[in-house]
Amino acid sequence: MTENIVEAKELSYSYPDGHRALEKVSFSVAAGESVALAGENGAGKSTLLQHLTGCLLPSSGALRVAGLSVEKRNLPAVRRAVGMLFQNPDDQLFMPTVFEDVAFGLLNAGVPESGLEPRVMRALETVGAAHLRSRPPYRLSQGEKRAAAIAGVLALEPEVLVMDEPTSGLDPLSRRRLIGLLGTFPHAKIIATHDLDFASEVCSRAIVIHKGRVTGDGPASDIFRDAALLGRSNLEVPLSVASRRG
Amino acid sequence: MPAAPAGCADIGYMDSLAAGGSALHRLDPRAKLLATLAFLAAVVSFDRYQISALIPFSLYPVFLIAAGGLPPGYLLRKALLVSPFAVLLGALNPLLDSHVMLRLGPLAVSGGWVSFASIILRFLLTVLAALALLALTGMNGVCESLSRLGLPRPFVVQLLFLNRYLLTLSAEAASMSRARALRGAGARLRPAVFAQIAGHLLLRTLDRAERVYRAMVCRGFDGRVRAARFPGAGREELVFVAGWTAFFVFFRLVNVPLLLGRLLTGHL
Repeated sequence: MTENIVEAKELSYSYPDGHRALEKVSFSVAAGESVALAGENGAGKSTLLQHLTGCLLPSSGALRVAGLSVEKRNLPAVRRAVGMLFQNPDDQLFMPTVFEDVAFGLLNAGVPESGLEPRVMRALETVGAAHLRSRPPYRLSQGEKRAAAIAGVLALEPEVLVMDEPTSGLDPLSRRRLIGLLGTFPHAKIIATHDLDFASEVCSRAIVIHKGRVTGDGPASDIFRDAALLGRSNLEVPLSVASRRG
Repeated sequence: MPAAPAGCADIGYMDSLAAGGSALHRLDPRAKLLATLAFLAAVVSFDRYQISALIPFSLYPVFLIAAGGLPPGYLLRKALLVSPFAVLLGALNPLLDSHVMLRLGPLAVSGGWVSFASIILRFLLTVLAALALLALTGMNGVCESLSRLGLPRPFVVQLLFLNRYLLTLSAEAASMSRARALRGAGARLRPAVFAQIAGHLLLRTLDRAERVYRAMVCRGFDGRVRAARFPGAGREELVFVAGWTAFFVFFRLVNVPLLLGRLLTGHL
């Protein structure tokens, strides 16, 4: 039996202003699985991702990540298991140089300075960004920023990669590189995106969220062909799938 | 050294200067911090009419800027940007203190003007030294040093987040200012619109700061920013701190420019 790395059971969340963002969301993700989280703006994707890192805690229901219940006392361990890639890499790159930014999480995790350089460089080489090590992040292109942000997450060797709109702001070449890169990662991946063409290339499974509820969950090839389901969720059949059909 | 940027591109430039590779950059940040604190203490300890005795102290910021390969024009512009505070502080001195202190030919200079000049000089020296320290060490290095020197962590974290918040605020302000300029058709900013923009800027910045904080927390931030390159104190650091402290003490106790002046004019 495949071990589930993420398990959500009837997860609900309301913001302090009373807005119900998640309504009894249940799903599980197996180790090594790639899952797309598709939904319109405001569907609840980002809220759900923030639960996976413990930035938000459920109002009701249960969430387990890497065998740990997501609750206050487990947050350091949960955050070690989950690597979160934010929608805007500028929010994620806050150190003076790319090297220091990638090293930020490692130093917090207690990696000694002697072990820092090889791990930082390994992460930067994985994303093809070793040449950026001394550059200040704010001077990088959007694609380079994305690569540096991924390196910062990969360096921590998480069990799950969680990504919020990873293709936003990327040009076609950078987007293609990202697709190739993600294909090489053995981690479980949960990718919230509107870019269903990207999702259909990277993910084997898709979960559709609409108004805080799961409205579809299954193989990406089936979900992205289901025009009725996507239409009900204010999404469209990806161009790549539509052109294959017809 | 990266080229000094103008306007909005300025954000984060000080941090990129701190990533340089000069011998001063490589020095333990605590040594630079301690020497700069000794410099600040010496400069502010002079009485309000002192000008000549302050002149040798200009060597310290000049040394930091030259040996660290920092852009002097950029740092001077930065210092001048905040100079209105010093001008405001000393502006009333010439009016309140009118007794004549010295005569330059037919020109009588009052104590108020002398103290005003002293305030401006001390301001320039201290601000330039602080800016040079930041450009050589980075805010994270300064905070890490403060923490290692025993400053309580809540103060260090406040300082760190204040800096991070100011960077975020400038980035958001730059982006809003661009947006306004593009649709403003050159019209002057009315006070009511300015107030609305300022309120909106505050909300946007808070939102962005929250996202940055979350990104930090997701990578294990626990209230302490650890520097990746903290070399540790050695002989160079000891020489640096002891040498400069001795220099400051000597020039604080002995007014060398005055002595030289007297020697040259034969008024010893």
